[in-house]
Amino acid sequence: MSAKSHSMVMLRRNFKHITRNPTSVFNAVLMPLVIMLMFVYMFGDAFNVGVDYIDYATPGLMLLAVCYGLGATATSVNSDMTKGIINRFKAMDVSRGAVLVGHVVASVLTNLIAIGALVGVAFLLGFNPSASSLDWLGVVGIVLLLGIAAGWLTVALGLAAKSPETAGLAAVPLVMLPFFSSAIVPADKMGPGLRQFAEYQPFTPIIETLRGLLNGAPDTGDTITAVAWCIGIALVGYLWARSTFNKRA
Amino acid sequence: MLDGIDLNVPAGSIFSLLGPNGAGKTTTVNVLTTLMKADGGTVRVAGHDVATETRAVRAAIGVTGQFAAVDELLTGQENLRLMADLKRVGSGERVVAELLERFDLVESAQKPASTYSGGMRRKLDLAMTLVGKPRIIFLDEPTTGLDPRSRRTMWEIIRELVADGVTIFLTTQYLEEADQLADRVAVLDQGRLVAQGTPDDLKRQVPGSHVRLRFATAAELDAAARVLTDATRDDEALALRVPGDGGTKSLRALLDRLDEHAISADEFSVHTPDLDDVFLALTGHGTEVTAK
Repeated sequence: MSAKSHSMVMLRRNFKHITRNPTSVFNAVLMPLVIMLMFVYMFGDAFNVGVDYIDYATPGLMLLAVCYGLGATATSVNSDMTKGIINRFKAMDVSRGAVLVGHVVASVLTNLIAIGALVGVAFLLGFNPSASSLDWLGVVGIVLLLGIAAGWLTVALGLAAKSPETAGLAAVPLVMLPFFSSAIVPADKMGPGLRQFAEYQPFTPIIETLRGLLNGAPDTGDTITAVAWCIGIALVGYLWARSTFNKRA
Repeated sequence: MLDGIDLNVPAGSIFSLLGPNGAGKTTTVNVLTTLMKADGGTVRVAGHDVATETRAVRAAIGVTGQFAAVDELLTGQENLRLMADLKRVGSGERVVAELLERFDLVESAQKPASTYSGGMRRKLDLAMTLVGKPRIIFLDEPTTGLDPRSRRTMWEIIRELVADGVTIFLTTQYLEEADQLADRVAVLDQGRLVAQGTPDDLKRQVPGSHVRLRFATAAELDAAARVLTDATRDDEALALRVPGDGGTKSLRALLDRLDEHAISADEFSVHTPDLDDVFLALTGHGTEVTAK
């Protein structure tokens, strides 16, 4: 109960941060939209993916929308750490980790807003999924799981980084990773080396799972791999974040 | 980092840990405020063991760290409100309003803390620490980087707190600050305590306390110099510098001797060394030397 109410107080704080820091909202919500418009309008006709490009690209862009929010999370966690705010909370009788939970939840909610905006615009561009309501539920579930996993990993990166600048930089690989997955083009169209990387990196099964769900034909193997990756990343991120939080004073 | 520190701070007093940069002041505060675990030994804060009753310690203390830890994106009022919510202060709104008033932050209460000056940030930081009325307050270099006026304001606030019965543990690298505020001072150098006592105790431990006598004429100066053979002459100022321990006994003896020889001085003053001299004498180096 007390941990929950402390986390709520922290979450309120994170919300105020989001409303007062428009750059982070821009990165999280507008950047994925800009990228979507760019790929769908400018490059879409150049890619032959077998289906309407907007239908192909939307699942991957959803993942991109999650990743674009992470830079702001890393920076804001790090500034809490380096400016002594986390120490202030640690020396108070406040439940351990409430401040981190606040960051993760705020990060996930930013993801949801960004994905909501993205899917909305995708529909305007002719996005035509054949998912049942159960499939949609699966989409939301995977997105939440991914958001939580990426959120904890980013919080850990933010805590461990020396300065807000390096924290922002540490999140860049997470933003780049979707480009080297099946998000924009199918992995089997990539060159050797890159293709194997794209096939085996965690984001590809997650994207394929979303793609399957939105097509109304989810692939069990992809789904299991995706969920396993998410849980694994979440666990590593959580444990790393917790140990850094406790150690660094 | 720290080596065998033994401290005892009575309730309702100001205790100052004095030392140059790198002496281990912040580490000591981190151990006392549960942020770091000591490798050995016991620490009790407000009667609670820091290692085993951590939560009770945290509930009793307030900590203002070395850098003003305020949330820059929140306004002054929201920062205070955040503390009130976390500490579950019953009438949070009233407490916040009172603190804004007391710290002269009412005008800027609705502005984000990122627009505050250094002095205002420190005030807000301390106000945040005071939410929930902690009985023991740790202040880690509360005036470092402040201009002289803000520093005096901070000192006033600290004195008011103690008048309310709060115990204060203060670290500082300013000797004047310890001298001004502290009931007791401990001098920390390279992780070790080199001295402990009241500011006056410390000054007395150091040679250099002396009495200065100024005379009206050179003849009187000559006469006095013949009687007080261990004194140093300053012919230009017509003055004598007589070493002593600063105690009343040696002082009476000195005056008696002058009386015996019917010598009278125009001016008489006792000079005790300031804490700068103390530091130099205790550690063999000045405060400018950065340890380690």
